[in-house]
Amino acid sequence: MSTPTPLPELPPPVINVGILGWLRRNLFSSPGNTALTLLAIYLLYLAIPPILRWVLLDADWRGTTRQDCTSQGACWVFIKVRFDRFMYGFYPEPERWRVNTVFLLLVLGIACLLIKSFPRKLWVGTFLLLIYPVIGFHLFSGGSFGLPVVETSQWGGLMLTLIIAGVGITTALPLGILLALGRRSQMPIIRAICVTFIEFWRGVPLITVLFMSSVMLPLFLPEGVNFDKLLRALIGVALFQSAYMAEVVRGGLQAIPKGQFEAAAALGLGYWKMMGLIILPQALKLVIPGIVNTFIALFKDTTLVIIIGLFDLLSTVHNAATDPNWLGFAIEGYVFAAAVFWLFCFGMSRYSQNLEKRLQTGHNR
Amino acid sequence: MPEQQQTPARPPFWNDPRIRSIGFQCIALLGVVAFGLYLLHNTQTNLQQRGIASGFGFLSSPAGFGIIQHLLPYSESDSYGRVFWVGLFNTLLVSALGIFLATLLGFIIGIARLSKNWLVAKLAMAYIEVFRNIPLLLQIFFWYFAVLRAMPAPRQSFNLGDVLFLNLRGLYVPAPVFETGFWVVLVALLAAVAATVILHRWARRRQELTGKRFPVVATSLGLVLGLPGLAFAAAGFPLSWEYPELQGFNFQGGLVVIPELAALLAALSIYTAAFIAEIVRAGIQAVSHGQTEAAYSLGLRPSYTLRLVVIPQALRVIIPPLTSQYLNLTKNSSLAAAIGYPDLVSIFAGTVLNQTGQAIEVIAITMAVYLTISLLISLLMNWYNRRVALVER
Repeated sequence: MSTPTPLPELPPPVINVGILGWLRRNLFSSPGNTALTLLAIYLLYLAIPPILRWVLLDADWRGTTRQDCTSQGACWVFIKVRFDRFMYGFYPEPERWRVNTVFLLLVLGIACLLIKSFPRKLWVGTFLLLIYPVIGFHLFSGGSFGLPVVETSQWGGLMLTLIIAGVGITTALPLGILLALGRRSQMPIIRAICVTFIEFWRGVPLITVLFMSSVMLPLFLPEGVNFDKLLRALIGVALFQSAYMAEVVRGGLQAIPKGQFEAAAALGLGYWKMMGLIILPQALKLVIPGIVNTFIALFKDTTLVIIIGLFDLLSTVHNAATDPNWLGFAIEGYVFAAAVFWLFCFGMSRYSQNLEKRLQTGHNR
Repeated sequence: MPEQQQTPARPPFWNDPRIRSIGFQCIALLGVVAFGLYLLHNTQTNLQQRGIASGFGFLSSPAGFGIIQHLLPYSESDSYGRVFWVGLFNTLLVSALGIFLATLLGFIIGIARLSKNWLVAKLAMAYIEVFRNIPLLLQIFFWYFAVLRAMPAPRQSFNLGDVLFLNLRGLYVPAPVFETGFWVVLVALLAAVAATVILHRWARRRQELTGKRFPVVATSLGLVLGLPGLAFAAAGFPLSWEYPELQGFNFQGGLVVIPELAALLAALSIYTAAFIAEIVRAGIQAVSHGQTEAAYSLGLRPSYTLRLVVIPQALRVIIPPLTSQYLNLTKNSSLAAAIGYPDLVSIFAGTVLNQTGQAIEVIAITMAVYLTISLLISLLMNWYNRRVALVER
């Protein structure tokens, strides 16, 4: 009696593995799915080639005037000619190195913070939060160290967008944390004040806030005190965003179990030590996605300053598109502005996802 | 040896937490009141100096400007108060239409994002990532200045089957004309809705008592569509359409969607739909797979599993953020001011404020309107949340 010898293992059917298998599983698993796939491919076929031709193949890249735009595609000459205006607004050309220096410093600082193994991050962070704004302000506006003064009405373009977003973010976060703590406070009057403040700002559109800060703020100030238009917009944006930030932080505070508060109190920590050392580090980590979402919203909302007559990136693009020398190139301008905003917002959201993963200390199952 | 009761020494009164908390609150209250009084004082001096009389008397004086779209009857001789209502109704119109379109688009994209079809899921993802990360104002500008302003003149308008016309002046659609006898259809519709509600209750009670199911959805659909349809036929089709026609240089007749409204609506619904899609995806993914498996093991068919197990639980996660998106859309509709759609902010906080100079009153009224809307929706939301919240021991 011979022992049965097992047959050699057959390879899996060709149609179930490799590219074919993947296609079958993901695109053609059923008649309905096949129809959907074909429809999607047809739509892509309708959309992609004309867009590609417009953006790249038929586009005009070289030249300095609108006469150089002869083909059917996009006229990127328009963007090239106006690029400096889009970046710096009316900031005088010989002084632009100041803007570049400030943003270069910012990029360097943030790069140091992002590199995981960089030493002395605390020092870099302190520098960015405390010393850097002072340097930035003096370089931008001038008037000291023999630098000529540049009025804020000359600031504009992407530079202004970044300034408003940066100032808004750095003031809204601490204000929002304070408001959230106030809203969770045991003291009824403090709580009532914070709730009223938060619900008021969250209930009205930013545009009315900007209207208010540009029309009503001068009425609120004592005689002779006059705020700069940019500063008024900044105050409006910061107050508005701090209310949203407060709600995000409150979500994190509510998610911290009561035992943490009790344990901190049992160790004899006072209120501020309990919050600063035990509760906030955990709460803020939980709400990183929410905080970044608020940042992104703030960044997109900076475009609204066009309503009160500041020249941010969108505003300069919009004005350039109505320039009689360059009529008819609005689409190119808007596409360029959209690409810039998209890069910033998408970058921020990707970074937050990354950070979330890195700070994950195993609380979720 | 007598046991010595060791009572801790009473802390000095400034270290007593209760007294401290009262003290802090008094300081905070005083600070807020003082700040308010300071602002009030400044405002009064400033107003006096500029010779602006405060008060709401200006609301009854004539406005003297035209409005390109009004749902209420309006003419230039009407008062500023009338302008307020016209603006409010325009805001509500664009918000309602936007909410409807954004929900529709958002749910489709959100479900497509979870599709098993790789290509469809990736396309939905691309849609979300592109439109979510571009500022809304930029999108409004794009639709208004780059797309709709570039439309041809009325004589060369895009013609869709001689029914829809798209040109520089807007989108022209046929207008329904209700003839006498149309009320029969409305009555039939009301009756059908009432019958559906009664049927639903009856079917539910019967199921609780006997366990027998009744095809409620199909029957209600038949009732709501069929009864008015029958009435419509019985009354001799009392509805006709008025088609837009080219006369001279412009179209006459029909309904016109002005380009400002079209651009605002397109941008608002496309932008908000991207957020709604993410909410829908998160909501559906929040229902754990075990729920579906448990339902299957109880013998529920896939359609019942979806309807009775997955959707109710997903809605609990979806509805609160969805409402806040609706609220955002309503507040974002105020960006109408940038392209001149006559909404509340554009004509009331814009034109009326410039004409009268009553900054404080106008801005206060405008903010009060938005605050009322958001507080109303928040109250509704809290009520709903309490109703659907998980009841735990």
